[in-house]
Amino acid sequence: MGEKEKLILIGNGMAGVRTIEHLLKLAPDKYEITIIGEEPHPNYNRIMLSSVLAGGANMQDIIVNDWDWYKDNGIQLVTGQKVTKLDTKLCTVTTHTGAQYQYDRVILATGSNPFMLPIPGADKEGVIAFRDIRDCETMMETSKTYKKAAVIGGGLLGLEAARGLLHLGMEATVIHINDYLMERQLDEPAARMLQRELESQGMKFLLNKQSASITGRGRVKALQFADGSELKTDLIVMAVGIRPNTELAKSSGIEVNRGVVVNDYMETSVANVYAVGECAEHRGIAYGLVAPLYEQGAVLAKRLAGVETAGYAGSVTSTKLKVSGVDVFSAGNFTETASTKALRIQDDLGGTYKKIVIENGKLVGAVLFGDTTDGTELFSLIKKGENVEGREKELLLGISLDQLGGGNPLAKYEAMPDDEIVCGCNGVSKATIVEAIQTKDCNSVASIKACTKASGSCGGCKPIVEGLLKVYAGDAAAEPVKEGICGCTTLTRDEIVAEIQRMRLLTVKEVMNVLGWNEPEGCSKCRPSLNYYIGMLFPEEYVDEKESRITNERFHANIQKDGTFSVVPRVYGGVTTPSDLKKIAEVAEKFEVPMVKFTGGQRLDLLGVKKEDLPKIWEELDMPSGHAYGKTLRTVKTCVGSTFCRFGTQDSISMGIRMEKAFERLNTPAKVKLAVSGCPRNCAEATIKDLGVVAIDGGWEIHIAGNGGVKVRATDLLCVVKTEDEVMEWSSAFLQLYREHAVWNERTSQWIERVGLDFIKKALENKEDRLALKQRIEKTLSLTNDPWKEIIENKELRKNFEQLTGLEPATK
Amino acid sequence: MATKVLVGKLSDIDVKSSRKLKVQNIDIALFHLSDGSVLALENKCPHKGGLLSEGMVCGGKVHCPLHDWKIDLHSGKVQEPDEGCVTTFETEVDQQSGDIYITI
Repeated sequence: MGEKEKLILIGNGMAGVRTIEHLLKLAPDKYEITIIGEEPHPNYNRIMLSSVLAGGANMQDIIVNDWDWYKDNGIQLVTGQKVTKLDTKLCTVTTHTGAQYQYDRVILATGSNPFMLPIPGADKEGVIAFRDIRDCETMMETSKTYKKAAVIGGGLLGLEAARGLLHLGMEATVIHINDYLMERQLDEPAARMLQRELESQGMKFLLNKQSASITGRGRVKALQFADGSELKTDLIVMAVGIRPNTELAKSSGIEVNRGVVVNDYMETSVANVYAVGECAEHRGIAYGLVAPLYEQGAVLAKRLAGVETAGYAGSVTSTKLKVSGVDVFSAGNFTETASTKALRIQDDLGGTYKKIVIENGKLVGAVLFGDTTDGTELFSLIKKGENVEGREKELLLGISLDQLGGGNPLAKYEAMPDDEIVCGCNGVSKATIVEAIQTKDCNSVASIKACTKASGSCGGCKPIVEGLLKVYAGDAAAEPVKEGICGCTTLTRDEIVAEIQRMRLLTVKEVMNVLGWNEPEGCSKCRPSLNYYIGMLFPEEYVDEKESRITNERFHANIQKDGTFSVVPRVYGGVTTPSDLKKIAEVAEKFEVPMVKFTGGQRLDLLGVKKEDLPKIWEELDMPSGHAYGKTLRTVKTCVGSTFCRFGTQDSISMGIRMEKAFERLNTPAKVKLAVSGCPRNCAEATIKDLGVVAIDGGWEIHIAGNGGVKVRATDLLCVVKTEDEVMEWSSAFLQLYREHAVWNERTSQWIERVGLDFIKKALENKEDRLALKQRIEKTLSLTNDPWKEIIENKELRKNFEQLTGLEPATK
Repeated sequence: MATKVLVGKLSDIDVKSSRKLKVQNIDIALFHLSDGSVLALENKCPHKGGLLSEGMVCGGKVHCPLHDWKIDLHSGKVQEPDEGCVTTFETEVDQQSGDIYITI
């Protein structure tokens, strides 16, 4: 064998590196690879930049290939260097520092540049694009000192940027030149619905506005429009579009149109020079979404590896946008023309919209808003281009899509090409998933996710993963694979609880032994659940096992990202006293607590406490634990009520304090938040709590299973009662029912969706049943103690908070 | 050069639990496993620097308290689907005195 060929990739981004990854699998030893990138980072997932802004991810999370990946694969990585010259005659690449590299083949993956509107003032400080990590950093930095932001461009990118700015606490106004948003992905009705939704989240819009100039001395002050009006702003983000970055190709004499022109094998007009990704133009189209780029990469990788491949034939694209609960999907040609027919359903009550577009008997486009579950199915029908005549209405109504394929509903998964990307978020192809099923024993969606990350981000491709599983898992999935509570067992929660009860299993270890756990000491999921279930079933006999508690519950404080903890003392009903406040203040000063913050639950949080200081602080506070860290009763939020409020009909404060004193320290499947409002104005926001009590004239409404967190859910009304004692009776019974039936880590709002309101109402309708539940909860509660006090008084427990000392050098 | 240091007694660490310490300016987590052995890791998850000493010990593995990364206590290797490695340190327990030594 001769020497390896030299391959250079110009551009260290998603499309290019993806191609290399693919190539390494096909022909690991064929090339000596060099990657030259302009940004000082390894390859990261640009699509996730909005998540970084939204605070859901940090830089590390979005790195796709870390430094080690390059090293492990023997790739020479050159970062922070811009390629300034490509000499296709001498086959050399030169960077701005003068470094020169020889190639046998070269791939252009230079991506695209944000298009900056060439209006006067566009060069001022505070005018940026939304394209790379540096832009994100600028936005975060700006949000610390400035308030107002304007985003020019109401497309996908602009809305993501605006959403991120809102998250950073800025006022965000989106300026769009058309009269509705995202016209490239949505039709007008869907765009209007989206706008309404985003407005309710605080985003502002100026439509039909043409930006004319930017004013301000040095830094931007205002944005002026062609109609003479203006908008005061401290930051302008231009998100009006991207342009393929073709500079290098052009100066090297390679054919360039909008992008670098390539044929179906991603070959440019010059031999041994290829282009892939956003910089490439294929059959007149330069794509800006991930899936097509990956498809191009797959073709190019095969070509470079010398493997036979069908050419790239272009992509039908789909868009899936999710911003804070807004699901939007579109695919294909959804704009109506003379030759198309459209069917639509619009439901303003439920906030959903669906349109499908038919041309010559085939499905050619679709727009979904609010509910995008049919998106993947519709998209695959569009791509297949099969005749759907006579079944259009079924498609619209989303009924029996599986049967539409006729005959075998799974045929489409078999027919899917191997390199088709199933999971667009993580770039996982069908082949990777099938390989995981066939060679890595993956027999559930969960195990496929663990192994390949498919369906691990937005989850939109889960139906396809399930379909592939059915087709390729053979016998293993011939019957639906039963999923246990975690990877350590195949038993479900109900089976486990029944067995613990039947056999009176009294330790976590015993349960695992008897029920045949496949990991002898379980995992971080099953251990705490078993600990909870046994304690719930046998409150008197069971000795709580602190090693099986999650970190926060073990240390009775909330662990923060830097390893420090937070301390929240109990403040019953949110009512405190000057002397308690003084005490908290003094302790905070004495221990130099970095931050003192009011919590959303009407109490005070001492943040940034060193673990060693926890017991000392508790001792000095001499107040009960607020349990702000556990799967337990957190707070009972109250409004002022009839004590002071001129609208109050009942004494909500007393009611709340009574409830908090009764239920504090209660172990529950997941955290439980309560609230009591003194009148139907509901200032304590009781209707998004796990248990909310709202006073009415002469009585109390009891609301259950609300949630104001991840997925907002308003409560369901359980009943209306007359007295405070009845409130206690119903609340006790409800909480105990939840303790006895929910899965560990399942909030009341998820539990009720699973079992239904009727189940709960039925279980609580007889007074006898309620009293029995109440008796059980009272028994449990009578056995609890304040954990802070226990730790302060017990040396064996207390030692765990201290760092080991007594270091003695032994023999050398 | 490697140094062997006496760091404490077996009874200082509860079973299936961990204590932290600092040796030569390195933050270390010492784990006491159910089989009686003691293992030492650098106290820093390769993901986001979470303190492994505060995690849950399951068999020969610890779950990072921040994002549940699972790390093998013997090899220091991060378990799939995540990737990475944590530095491990050699440990020794004097069965009679219960003294724990660690070699840095």
